[in-house]
Amino acid sequence: MASQAYDQPKLRGKRWWREVGWRHIVGIVAIAYCILPLLYVLSASLNPGGSLTGSNQLFRTVAAGNYTELADTNFGQWALNSLVIATVTALGTVLMGAAAAYAFSRFRFTGRRITLTGLLLVQMFPQVLTFVAIFLLLLSLGEVFPILGLNSRLALIAVYLGGALGVNTFLMYGFFNTVPKELDEAAKIDGASHAQIFFTIILRLVAPILAVVGLLSFITAYGEFVIARVVLQSQDNFTLAVGLYQWASDERNAPWGLFAAAAVLAAIPIIALFLFLQRFIVSGLTSGAVKG
Amino acid sequence: MSNRDSAPSGTTRRRGASTDVEPRPNESHARKIGPGFLVKLVLVALVDALGVYGVFAASAVGHWGIVAFLVVALVVVNVVYFSRRMIPAKYLVPGLLFLLVYQLFVMLYTGYVSFTNYGDGHNSTKEDAIEAILLQNDRRVEDSPSLPLVVVRDGDALGFAVIEEDGDVAVGTAEQPLEVVDDAVVEDDTIVEVPGYDVLSFAQVVEVQREITDLRVPLSDDPNEGALRTQNGSVGFISRSFYVYDEAADTMTNTDTGAVYRPNDEGNFVNDEGQELTPGWRVAVGLDNYSAMFTDSRISGSFFQVVAWTFAFAGLSVLTTFGVGLFFAIVFNDPRIRGRKVYRSLLILPYAFPGFLAALVWRGMLNERFGFINEVLLGGASVPWLSDEWLARFSVLFVNTWLGFPYMFLICTGALQSIPGDVIESARMDGAGPLRIFRSMTLPLLLVSTAPLLISTFAFNFNNFTLIYMLTGGGPNFPDAPIPVGATDILISMVYSIAFEGGSRDYGLASAMSIMIFIVVGFISYLGFRRTRTLEEI
Repeated sequence: MASQAYDQPKLRGKRWWREVGWRHIVGIVAIAYCILPLLYVLSASLNPGGSLTGSNQLFRTVAAGNYTELADTNFGQWALNSLVIATVTALGTVLMGAAAAYAFSRFRFTGRRITLTGLLLVQMFPQVLTFVAIFLLLLSLGEVFPILGLNSRLALIAVYLGGALGVNTFLMYGFFNTVPKELDEAAKIDGASHAQIFFTIILRLVAPILAVVGLLSFITAYGEFVIARVVLQSQDNFTLAVGLYQWASDERNAPWGLFAAAAVLAAIPIIALFLFLQRFIVSGLTSGAVKG
Repeated sequence: MSNRDSAPSGTTRRRGASTDVEPRPNESHARKIGPGFLVKLVLVALVDALGVYGVFAASAVGHWGIVAFLVVALVVVNVVYFSRRMIPAKYLVPGLLFLLVYQLFVMLYTGYVSFTNYGDGHNSTKEDAIEAILLQNDRRVEDSPSLPLVVVRDGDALGFAVIEEDGDVAVGTAEQPLEVVDDAVVEDDTIVEVPGYDVLSFAQVVEVQREITDLRVPLSDDPNEGALRTQNGSVGFISRSFYVYDEAADTMTNTDTGAVYRPNDEGNFVNDEGQELTPGWRVAVGLDNYSAMFTDSRISGSFFQVVAWTFAFAGLSVLTTFGVGLFFAIVFNDPRIRGRKVYRSLLILPYAFPGFLAALVWRGMLNERFGFINEVLLGGASVPWLSDEWLARFSVLFVNTWLGFPYMFLICTGALQSIPGDVIESARMDGAGPLRIFRSMTLPLLLVSTAPLLISTFAFNFNNFTLIYMLTGGGPNFPDAPIPVGATDILISMVYSIAFEGGSRDYGLASAMSIMIFIVVGFISYLGFRRTRTLEEI
């Protein structure tokens, strides 16, 4: 940037407008388009007792009433559910994915190729398409293990973990291959077991990809809606996505101010994660990750 | 960076490890008893305990498929973790088990269900259906005695304890037929205590009044024998079905009219006049669900509309998000703009905002009567953004553009930077104008690197359930469709309606549609996959 200033004479007047200035106009319009809904929901959240109509004058009142009122609702429980489910899912995904990637990257065994190809095939078919079958499966499973049946948070985590391997193995596999094999061999000669190599050497070296996969799967599980809605049935077990949908979808009696406050609170951790992850995401995008 | 950070710790670890290892080479670590082995032992023991419990529980309710799976899984887990070989399997088994159950199995199960009539009225096996028919069509046996009874509870299950005519006390629940118990306490012709059950007080009985009047406790395993019922929670009577099931002939007979009902191919008992008894049971119906999509006039009309909109939505979503994203990427690609970083961070915000929240916020803003768009931006107009067929479609696309363009903006910005400047420069030297350069140079080069991402975006939007369901709920609904399906419904949200939202749930049809989506999405992913592969080879 700095060198640019030396290379080119400073543009002024008409030429500046023609080549640079209009871009700022576009930029301002673009920003308005991007942040208007966000400002709107922030303003609605600060408007106590607000209905849909009452929220239309942006920042007419600023008070924390909605936020304190959230304490009397299920919001805390839902947020806790979402955080727990997303965290456990992320940890499980990372552990299982890393273990599988380690096996594929470090061992040559019969059936390796076919398992890898199989994973690639399974990956083509999104798990979300099977929600009817998932519902029916949990219906039967619940008769055997009630804790793995419908309306159980643990069951939802198990379903999410079922999709863990297909999506992430290849991302991790590629990264594992970049860790030199000589490291394991040296450790093996020194008498380390494969478990010691995996847990104390490899996992540390691949920490960056573990963090990215973990955070992405956290974000995905946090925002997942349809499977959660099919599986979870009682208010206490809802995640934020299911619970807030219920609040906002009621046309006439929607507690709009409450919803807005909840939305702001629910969005903050995700936005923070995104801004933190930004540079990883930008480079990861090219390897095929899609917003989900 | 991380390499350098962790290398020393790896070294110390190795040195530490080498001291406590016996100098014999080729010794298997699986046999060494150390903390790692103990952890493994505890974990496998836990899994075994759960599995064995599951085997018993599943055989008790007759889920033989689950029993078989558990047995195989237990054997595999134990063999893998206690053998000295199969090291890769040790790392693959946990993930594969989950994958097998919750992804592979449910895929196959979707296929299986799509060939059955599983759904409301056909929920279970034939035995269950017979039992349900007998139970639901019962009435008091005319000369049956009134028996003193109390309501009992075992966990969640309500049941009856009754003093039979011979003075014995018998107890049972809806699932568990009446059985004589020896050590119940009876005072003044009232049962006070039943071992293993809680006797409900009068107040508690009033609380669950409706459940009690609906409760039927079978007299024995044979549903033809009848069941114990009560009106008031204190006096019981025996009721018996006016249908009789003849096991040898496999027919149902109505003892009042004498009509005989025979099982048909669709899983119902039908009499000669064509009257069906409900519920029925699950049977395989072959390709009926698939052909219904195309030929059943009640479904096919909306089905074709939904298919068309699904493709249009996914395609237009790619076009709009890519178009807007590319436009902004080009606009902000000029290094002379001050504050480019600020612009970029703000433009990414919609991407960072959770999608489900965005859809709900927009739903409020687009509300016809109270929404921000109509009230403020359009000065009190009442544009039916979400309730007019075409405007709703427009709104869905508009909101999806808001959600999706930052992603395209990011990748286009990246891709633009990788286009070599000298190529563009030489084109300019040859006299090409900016538009010409864009059309013939920038865009083709850009498409080469972004094509796989465009394909995966298409596949993603093809199944973008959350947006559709949260923004419009698929509406406005088609007025004449027998299932609640509307103008903005895409295939996957139609599947949801059919399976969970209509007056009657039809899992078979829903699964058949899932399979259709599988085929489309699989084909698209295959295209994307092939594309990436060929790109890598270049």
